Amino acid sequence: MKGKIHSYQSLGAVDGPGLRFVIFMQGCPLRCAYCHNPDTWDIKGGEEYSVEQVVHKALKYKPYFARSGGVTVSGGEPLLQWEFVSELFKILHENNIHTALDTSGVGDIEGAKKVLENTDLVLCDLKFSTEDDYVKYTKGSFAKVIEFLKLTEDMNIPLWIRHVVVPGLTDSEENVLNIYNLSKQFSNFKKLELLPFKKICISKYNSMGIDFPLKDYDECTASQINKLKKLIDTI
Amino acid sequence: MKNEAWRNFKTGTWQDSIDIRNFIQTNYTPYEKEPDFLEKPTKRTSNLMAKLQGLMELEKSFGGVLDIDTSHVSSLKSYKPGYLDKENEIIVGIQTDRPLKRGVNPFGGLNMTRKACEEYGYTLSEKVEDEFRYRTTHNDGVFRAYTEEIKTARHTGIITGLPDAYGRGRIIGDYRRVALYGIDKLIEEKEKDKELIGASDSLNTDNIRLLEELYQQITFLGYLKEMAAMYGHDISLPAINAKQAVQWTYFAYLAAIKEQNGAAMSLGRVSTFLDIYFNRDLEEGTLTEQAAQEIMDDFVIHLRMARHLRTPDYNELFAGDPLWITEVVGGMGLDGRTLVTKNSYRMLNTLYNLGMSPEPNITILWSKDLPLAFKQFAAKISCDTNSIQYENDDLMRQSLGDDYAIACCVSAMTVGKDMQFFGARVNLPKLLLMSLNGGKDEITGIQAAPKHEAYTGEYLEYDKVCALLDVYRQWLAKTYVNAMNTIHYMHDKYAYEKTQMALHDTKVRRLMAFGIAGLSVLADSLSAIKYAKVKCIRDESGLITDYEVEGQYPTFGNDDDRVDSLAVEQVKLFYEALKKNPTYRDAAHTVSVLTITSNVVYGKKTGSTPDGRKKGEPFAPGANPMHNREKNGALASLNSVAKLPYDMCKDGISNTFSIVPQALGHDEQTRHANLISILDGYFIQNAHHLNVNVLNRETLMEAYKDPNTHPNLTIRVSGYAVNFHKLSKEQQMEVISRTFHEAM
Repeated sequence: MKGKIHSYQSLGAVDGPGLRFVIFMQGCPLRCAYCHNPDTWDIKGGEEYSVEQVVHKALKYKPYFARSGGVTVSGGEPLLQWEFVSELFKILHENNIHTALDTSGVGDIEGAKKVLENTDLVLCDLKFSTEDDYVKYTKGSFAKVIEFLKLTEDMNIPLWIRHVVVPGLTDSEENVLNIYNLSKQFSNFKKLELLPFKKICISKYNSMGIDFPLKDYDECTASQINKLKKLIDTI
Repeated sequence: MKNEAWRNFKTGTWQDSIDIRNFIQTNYTPYEKEPDFLEKPTKRTSNLMAKLQGLMELEKSFGGVLDIDTSHVSSLKSYKPGYLDKENEIIVGIQTDRPLKRGVNPFGGLNMTRKACEEYGYTLSEKVEDEFRYRTTHNDGVFRAYTEEIKTARHTGIITGLPDAYGRGRIIGDYRRVALYGIDKLIEEKEKDKELIGASDSLNTDNIRLLEELYQQITFLGYLKEMAAMYGHDISLPAINAKQAVQWTYFAYLAAIKEQNGAAMSLGRVSTFLDIYFNRDLEEGTLTEQAAQEIMDDFVIHLRMARHLRTPDYNELFAGDPLWITEVVGGMGLDGRTLVTKNSYRMLNTLYNLGMSPEPNITILWSKDLPLAFKQFAAKISCDTNSIQYENDDLMRQSLGDDYAIACCVSAMTVGKDMQFFGARVNLPKLLLMSLNGGKDEITGIQAAPKHEAYTGEYLEYDKVCALLDVYRQWLAKTYVNAMNTIHYMHDKYAYEKTQMALHDTKVRRLMAFGIAGLSVLADSLSAIKYAKVKCIRDESGLITDYEVEGQYPTFGNDDDRVDSLAVEQVKLFYEALKKNPTYRDAAHTVSVLTITSNVVYGKKTGSTPDGRKKGEPFAPGANPMHNREKNGALASLNSVAKLPYDMCKDGISNTFSIVPQALGHDEQTRHANLISILDGYFIQNAHHLNVNVLNRETLMEAYKDPNTHPNLTIRVSGYAVNFHKLSKEQQMEVISRTFHEAM
């Protein structure tokens, strides 16, 4: 079994608990306005690796995982290559390694089910709270995301919801509360992570010769994020 | 009197012979809990520190040197007592008669002293010139004996930074002995040793030398007593309380830095030893926690005043005016108890009470078994101050026991039992280039090494290159050992460390520490030759001066065995080549992969290399992978370095790790936990050392552009910490250009 992989990050400290070996899969069906990895979109890009090769790499970092760390598969959209990811997670579980899936929730639902069979944690990026916004800013489907979240609930897999805060787009208290309320409807929901919108990806867009849709928006500051975090904490 | 000083201590062999370890083991109290007992600075402490801060700012505005006493030669009794603030100091004693004023110490070399004075607008006094007119310095001695071959190797920069013009340093006296035993007892023991040696059957070179050394040691122990008396303290007998124990220990250290201007003048391992005294006073009710912290704060304020006069040349190699007042904290005992005590915490707490600082060079001896609370406190300090480094206690304890310390950055030795002959380092990428050019220096074209047929083909072939390296490696190893033997013979003869060696056992184990620089450049170059195609570019004279790399090749720092194994092999080959050459006083050969800040200077003196690095570009520091060639993140980089064999590099393997806070976790608590996992994971793979910087490149850029934005910014460089502003602009830029691990 081979998969198309964009790159690896051996020190992932912000994509799940503890230290994590992060695998960025190649290819994504969405085109989110604030995507910071446009170079992962095209499924024709990336490099091919076998499941065994990836497991071999991941095992090298086992000494750093301690009690909470492990492997996170991100992307791109990992569900696009669900066969590869489900096989990878299965073998990682055989090696007692904690597995996290960092996904938009958009993908083949039967495939997702296979992946989730060996997933210990789902990190799902809930980008907006309406169908209209999903179509407008991500070219994806809100309904499909909800369907995926229901599946994680059915399978009782701990769920972290992540939400990118873009000033002027998703930073209103109302929007953040909407996201939070939506998230906590799921019984497997554990926490909401608010991620600040950054524009360091602009150079990637420039070098790829494509326009960054949110180039005129401001970055999200630490104080903005902290204010919204407090809002959630006080609920 | 002695009974009074040793009251309430548990008995042990330490009472019959000089045995600090036994004293610690029988008397110390491990502390495994939280640091919530720690006290903030008193008003007195803050005022004193503010006074020092003011002087340090003045020093900076004077171009780095506040004042020089050019009319006395620095030694134990050269200056009348000096104070930072006589009425308010708890611990006393400074190097000259005024704080931050530097003394002159020409025993290592008169030229260097003269030059240093002149650079800062002073002239060495006629009096000192006169005193040295009929005296041979270490530097004189070395150059009388140096061969032409050694001189050329120095000149081309294949061997650099040799301690042949100043004090060699890297010797740690067991300063604790003065506190526990008092000077009189130490003199008595040394006299016994001397008598014993004198009574041996035949006096040969070794015995006679040792007899004279013992005479000098005893004399200087006497001077140390007199020095303390000038400050109103009688240290002939043991210290009777914590304050005296700190003061006695400090006097011993102070005597060492008055006598010697060695490159690294490390403190050793005093915190847990001193805890025994603090603990006794606390239990007897004669001391409060606040007073205990105040004594430690005052001690550290005094350590932060230590200065040596250096030349700008020297600063290029060892930037930032460091003294490497290295103090190791933590670690585990052989019996499984932690050596962390409350006073380990107090020592670390000085970084909060007095502010971040490069000195003393606080080094955490990391063990997987350290108490979690202590690990968390250390991680917090790293994230908050960037002022501490970590070394693998589980690894070093195996061969050194549990009373060793670190000299300089990474050189471990058992306190009072081992000493080291320090030896700078050789430039391995340059060795490769010379090997390809038949012994010619690639920059000047001079024949630096013996002539041999140069590489002839257009493209480099791995096997042929290795064969040439084999030839020249033997030459370099021999030349290097010869240079070191000459240097240390002369240093013993003309600038022997009388105070420090008096605080060692008479029979010491000697290590000779050889360093290598540019390991990652060499490994990447060999990898390029092996896995890509490397074309030679020759100038008109036929000298290979540049290379063109065609295709991709694996680079060191990505946890890729194809290249990591090349680095390991090169270390091993060099170590084996060194071992073939006998050393002065039968010292054991050790190797370090360490550059201090000289990676910039080394790069400057080295032509283009087959890995694509261009002429003059800096090397990576220490054992670090080359900048921005790490494509798989920080842990892959750490794993590559962890593969280097400590068994062959017992002088240390230095690695500097910089990460932006946001990449270490979303919040403080997570960052601390993750840093602990990094350290545990790295050291469990037998890695040796890690410098940790948690900061944003933007902060450095701001400081680079406007020094006033972050005046106390401290960062870790190879094996020590510096105030960022004490680096040259060039060195600052090099630090900024290094890899900062960020999240994708």
